[in-house]
Amino acid sequence: MAEKTADSGNQGFLGSINWLGRRTLEIIGELGAVGIFFAWGFALIFSLPFQFRKIIQQVYFIGVKSFLIISLIGLFTGMVLGLQGYYTLVKFGSEGMLGAAVALSLIRELGPVLTALMVIGRAGSSIAAEIGIMRISEQIDALDTMDINPMRYLVSPRMAASVIVFPMLTALFDVIGIFGGFLTGVVLLGINSGIYFNRIYDSVVLKDVTGGFLKSLAFALIVSTICCYQGYFTHMRSEGFGARGVSLATTSAVVISCVLVLVVDYILTSFLL
Amino acid sequence: MPEPFIEFKDVCKSFGNLQVLDRANLSIYQGEITAIIGKSGAGKSVLLKHIIGLLKPDSGHILVRGKPLSKFTKAEWKQFKRSLSYMFQNNALFDSLTIFENIALPLAERTRMSSAEIREKVMFRIEQFELGDVEHKYPSQISGGMQKRVALARAVVTEPDMILFDEPTTGLDPLRKNAVLNMVAHYQREIGFTGVMVSHDIPDVFFISNRVAIIENKKIAFQGTPLELEQCDDEVVWQFIHGQEVLQDQLTGLHSKLELERALKQELERIGKFQEVFSVVLFSVDSLEQIREKVGYIAAQRIFQCIGMSLRENLGTAGYAARFGPEEILTVIPQADSSRAELIIKEITAECSKQDLMKPQSYRKVCMDFAIKAGIVEVRNKMDLEEVISLARKHQKIIAKMECDRKRGPK
Repeated sequence: MAEKTADSGNQGFLGSINWLGRRTLEIIGELGAVGIFFAWGFALIFSLPFQFRKIIQQVYFIGVKSFLIISLIGLFTGMVLGLQGYYTLVKFGSEGMLGAAVALSLIRELGPVLTALMVIGRAGSSIAAEIGIMRISEQIDALDTMDINPMRYLVSPRMAASVIVFPMLTALFDVIGIFGGFLTGVVLLGINSGIYFNRIYDSVVLKDVTGGFLKSLAFALIVSTICCYQGYFTHMRSEGFGARGVSLATTSAVVISCVLVLVVDYILTSFLL
Repeated sequence: MPEPFIEFKDVCKSFGNLQVLDRANLSIYQGEITAIIGKSGAGKSVLLKHIIGLLKPDSGHILVRGKPLSKFTKAEWKQFKRSLSYMFQNNALFDSLTIFENIALPLAERTRMSSAEIREKVMFRIEQFELGDVEHKYPSQISGGMQKRVALARAVVTEPDMILFDEPTTGLDPLRKNAVLNMVAHYQREIGFTGVMVSHDIPDVFFISNRVAIIENKKIAFQGTPLELEQCDDEVVWQFIHGQEVLQDQLTGLHSKLELERALKQELERIGKFQEVFSVVLFSVDSLEQIREKVGYIAAQRIFQCIGMSLRENLGTAGYAARFGPEEILTVIPQADSSRAELIIKEITAECSKQDLMKPQSYRKVCMDFAIKAGIVEVRNKMDLEEVISLARKHQKIIAKMECDRKRGPK
């Protein structure tokens, strides 16, 4: 009896090691697949003839259509930063530093990250769903049979458009955010507007701006790769059939992109500081 | 025989535990239309997808002009693929593109044609397939039949050497179905492409096919010309080409021809061993083919149905009756002598005479005289099957008659 228990305990332990090993191998395999997918899709951006029209269409879809939501989020983020910043700084009598606090947190951190998260929610999910539906309704196979490379046709324009659009949306977010801080700090709480902008001018250096843009470029590649990858391989999931497959692919695309954006943000910040 | 354009050699394919192809061998010749028929889920589409490289065989080879696809260089593969078009079973139209953009896509993406040239080519196809009204609509806004035609237009717009059709007529109304088959045949004559068509439209698809392949039980059960198909006496093949008759026989309560032949052989063997007696009755309807042509298909079917149903009622499970030829029903009645057989015939005569189909007033528009005949053979000694049947034919007498009302004439 005791032997049996020991045996089953042993098996349970071995089973969990087995599971852990299998999962690790799966994750490494998946990472490799995503890496190849990214490299292939990115390289095809530069294949001739250039797909200007399609890239512009995607810039419109991912960028122009996100304009309003990014502006709105930027405005309120800046406003709340102004509000919170003011009440914290006023305790130390340094409310004059509000402009610097708002601008630096936006340009270095919140701008790229929140822009990426918003674009994931608005455009990333629809990219995954659109490509997923094309996969399950054999439209990707149809492209393949017509000798039209589906990676070049579907994935590359979206990657290129993301690389163009993310820094621009981030810049928009930053500017509107700073204006939001101005609204609460200057208009509402009465800080001198000259001090607000002068502090920004003094404290923000080019390195902060390039750092923020570097982050937004990295997020552009991560978001477009993950969302396209999840949609493109909808059919490879164990439950990847029909509408359910597409819904799972969309959920994974959003969750994985968000997590990766935050993880990569930490890693990049630690290198940039 | 010339060298096949595409040849499947011992191709095996499984999806998980489910084996779909098991050493399938198939030849497709240049400039011909090959129809692949088989039950749903038998692996017809899987065969097509192997040709275009969407699926790869687990073992075996697919040869294109004698060279295995697996040994193709990248350039050769590209060239081969560009000479093909594939029409998907569910059309696979791009649902975020308009009908015009769908048809134009292969030209816009693959060629360096100017937009005016593309427009000209696409508009020609749009007119050819009667799609003018829906040019600016999206696939989800048009009917299933129209979607099929858009898919077909997209497949032919690049003027390919070979088109793979995956059930091009499924879901179309009979008129459109004929139009599509007609169009395929016409276009094939004009351009001379090689066509491979997966279809359920038996026998329509045979009319436009140069070759037919039947896939059954994971293998190619038959391949040859439609004429060879008609001459083939394999049970599986027979069921495919006589599918309609099989359904009719089920409706009329008749057995299959094979069941009857088996029963007849069994009875003949018993005669040799136990010296029993049994009767064979051969019913026939004079000029049934002409009735079918002139009066109508349903009238002809009803006459057959009447004999079949009354036979089933009178024989119960004891006897066997099956369609023997286009105008004949053969019946085997075990342990019955000729007087019992005559009784059964009388019953049938009485039963059928009551029906509308034996009354001239039922044929107001077109009327044709016909007679139902029956011939009995009482079998006591061992005889040949052919001998029994020719004797029965010889003994045939008229048992019921329908004469048109000449005075009234057709209205």
